[in-house]
Amino acid sequence: MIALLMRDLRLATRAGGGFGLALAFFLIVVSLVPFGIGPQGGTLSLIAPGILWVGALLSCLLSLDRIFALDHEDGSLDLIATSPLPLEGVVAIKSLAHWLTTGLPLVLAAPVFGLLLHLPGQAYGTLMLSLLIGTPALSMLGAFGAAVTVGLRRGGLLLSLLVLPLYIPTLIFGAEAVRRSVAGGAIATPLVFQAAITLGVLALVPFAAAGALRINLR
Amino acid sequence: MNPLVAVQGLAVARGGLRALEGVSFTLSAGQALVLRGPNGIGKTTLLRCLAGLQPVIEGDIAAAPESHAYAGHLDGLKPALTVTENLRFWASVFGQGGVGDAIARMNLGPLAARPAHMLSAGQKRRLGLARLLVTGRPVWLLDEPTVSLDSASVALFADVLRGHLAAGGAAVIATHIDLGLPEAQLLDLAPFRAGPTRRGTRAAGFNEAFA
Repeated sequence: MIALLMRDLRLATRAGGGFGLALAFFLIVVSLVPFGIGPQGGTLSLIAPGILWVGALLSCLLSLDRIFALDHEDGSLDLIATSPLPLEGVVAIKSLAHWLTTGLPLVLAAPVFGLLLHLPGQAYGTLMLSLLIGTPALSMLGAFGAAVTVGLRRGGLLLSLLVLPLYIPTLIFGAEAVRRSVAGGAIATPLVFQAAITLGVLALVPFAAAGALRINLR
Repeated sequence: MNPLVAVQGLAVARGGLRALEGVSFTLSAGQALVLRGPNGIGKTTLLRCLAGLQPVIEGDIAAAPESHAYAGHLDGLKPALTVTENLRFWASVFGQGGVGDAIARMNLGPLAARPAHMLSAGQKRRLGLARLLVTGRPVWLLDEPTVSLDSASVALFADVLRGHLAAGGAAVIATHIDLGLPEAQLLDLAPFRAGPTRRGTRAAGFNEAFA
């Protein structure tokens, strides 16, 4: 298991691994918004929570199809499936590797992006906290989508269509937490809901994704 | 001696159509079985079935759990990793130790530090076959193992295979060329070709629609 995690991390950070891609995409989305909306601080800080969360969703989506597609193309997935590793564990580990290379950098870089959107100072902590709670669910749901579409030619678009609706609850509570913190309200309720969604996803999705993989490997 | 693999009346399907029916054989330690048959008869499907990657339609496969190592058409190599890193990954997945022996036996020593994307097709295949040595599993399921190997490498692999059999292993090999293993049994699959499509045999069940 640890070998698989180390291998995925190593592959992601080597040339062509796509590490940093999500971060750069997030940066571009966030810096495009002021061009489109106009530079008025009031408007920007009003929409900043929503934009930041939607941006995080989209940049997470960018690298999802790599989770299983590359391993399927070069035959590793067949070999992993016949190895002693349980497929459920493989799904969990691969999502973890995806989160470490995509979600975690987003969490850490979020304050910089908040700055670009005039996010009020008191909301930075909440932004990072809500991303930290929410992004693991994004990676895990994405792994499910990747497992369902593995083996399909150009399954990337279908993957986006499948996965984005599943991201809605996380988006709602994540953006709500940041919005409340901008307005000075209590943030506990949306964060607790978000944590519940993430925990539920982490507990259930590996089994669904492993089932999808088994069917797709036939 | 207990057989390592005992197959009884096995039927396998590819894409919802039965390919082979009534295949039976047993394989004990030290034995190799060479599968022969024309293209498309179901050699790969049979091997994937034995590896547990495809469902058994009918019949029975008796084998110790987690006793097989599968090597298909693709080698499962990561181009960005070196030869040693690739092997070490598989060794730790299968809970085995060093990879030095496998590298030496498949004559990969001079290439050990080279990234896999810089290997030739034959060298990649040799690396893919070296993976079998680090699995520590007794039953090797080999699908066309000699593709893109030169004759020296084929002989090298035949030696490795013979060593594996002598150490109490077994192998099922789908191949069209002579591996130089006179002791191997031959199984011609042509007689097991599934009969003309009849009503009821066509779709092997709901799940097969997704196969």
